[in-house]
Amino acid sequence: MQTPVTAPRQAVAMEPRTPAVSLQDVVKRFAPVRRGADAVVALDGVSLEVAPGEIVAVVGPSGCGKTTLLELVCGLTDADAGSVQAAPAALMAQSDLLLPWASALDNAALALRVAGESREAGRERAGALLQDFGIAGFEHARPRELSGGMRQRVAFARTLLAGRPLLCLDEPFASLDALTRQEMQSWLAGALSRDPRSVLLVTHDVEEALVLGDRVVVLSPRPGRVVATLGVDAPRPRRRTDPELVALRERVFEELRT
Amino acid sequence: MSAVLVLLAIVAGWEAYVRLSGIDNFILPAPSAIAQAIDDDAALLWSNFTVTAGEIALGIGAALALGLAGAIAIHLSDTLRRALYPLFVGSQTVPIPLIAPLLVVWFGFGLTPKILIVALVCFFPIVVPTADALRRVDPALRKLMRTFGASRWQTFRMVEAPAALPGLFTGAKLSVAVGTIAAILAEQAGSEEGIGHLVRQALPQFETARAYAAVLMLSVFSIALFSLLALAERRLLPWAHPSTKGTAP
Repeated sequence: MQTPVTAPRQAVAMEPRTPAVSLQDVVKRFAPVRRGADAVVALDGVSLEVAPGEIVAVVGPSGCGKTTLLELVCGLTDADAGSVQAAPAALMAQSDLLLPWASALDNAALALRVAGESREAGRERAGALLQDFGIAGFEHARPRELSGGMRQRVAFARTLLAGRPLLCLDEPFASLDALTRQEMQSWLAGALSRDPRSVLLVTHDVEEALVLGDRVVVLSPRPGRVVATLGVDAPRPRRRTDPELVALRERVFEELRT
Repeated sequence: MSAVLVLLAIVAGWEAYVRLSGIDNFILPAPSAIAQAIDDDAALLWSNFTVTAGEIALGIGAALALGLAGAIAIHLSDTLRRALYPLFVGSQTVPIPLIAPLLVVWFGFGLTPKILIVALVCFFPIVVPTADALRRVDPALRKLMRTFGASRWQTFRMVEAPAALPGLFTGAKLSVAVGTIAAILAEQAGSEEGIGHLVRQALPQFETARAYAAVLMLSVFSIALFSLLALAERRLLPWAHPSTKGTAP
């Protein structure tokens, strides 16, 4: 099913642009928790690709190595076997990771400040984006004064302003209540249609994967393996109640059960 | 507010006890006698008080500088942590009443041994909460900074240093309490001025009210310094304190 690492890949031959992400038979193990125990295999031969501008959603049960997958793509950890190639990526984690002492504006501009932009220039660019994101009037509020949905928007603005072609989203809305989560999903779909990026989205929410993804990759429980890849061709904007999505959801659950 | 009422009740009870029992003023002076002593000996009390206050301020200042440097050192390097942490703990086990006379022998009756002792006592309560605050920074936040291409220094400056400030303030507040005691212990070991010296002199002269007045002044100073730090902390680090401000919808 999977091609060896060294074999030339057909996808590359047909697609002139290099993919944003290309994983080939990636294996990742973690040192055993106690001495004498076996090493934990988080990912066991995972291959997947994200084309430029494509949104790929990875779903799987808890502990199937989804976060590890993103850390590999972002270069935060190295694979034990296989190859990992990825465009420069910006990571957005499950918790918003906003700095509690900084305003929404300064939080959104964090990556710009790291890149050496002045405080004023950073704030100007961040302010414009926050305006688009519906945070107008709260630019100077600290994270604690913002609602959960607003915090995630600020975190997403920060991720976008990092200026990377690839976004790695790790359960970005898992900490929100169900209603806000749905709102934020359609908001994210809108934001990505206005500012297209290659996206690798990791989630355990199957509906979220279907609403947002061009393709959905299903991982097995640990050790993580790709058990299915489904194309989602439903027109956008999508609703979770669209008949196509409902049918696909059943298929994804079936794959997750096997 | 209720603390003031309790204090007033204690003072009133004390005054009443001294007056009704007829106890000698040089054994237990009444609050009114202490107030009189403050008025009579104002110049004497003040000149000795400024000496002790200076010792405390300089000692805590030195401890803040050293404690911050120590916390950063053990945070940045595991080798330094292994090398220094046992010494930091050791600094706290030094019996101050025993070491104070030795430092007086070494450095004389001047300011130096007092500053050293205050700094020695205050160093540990500063270094521990500061190092802990540095350590508690979410590892995910450090990873995020790495994906932004941040250098070690940038991560320290933008993420870790601000996160450590509440720890530094906690340490500073703790050291006001222990630093005052340390300064008095140091003065009692050998000095020619300061509140500790004044109290030592006052008792054999049956000036008990003056001794009480001196103690009172120093307590007020410590409380004021502590309150000042607490106020500065609320002003400078409002994000580190539960806010009454509501959440946006």
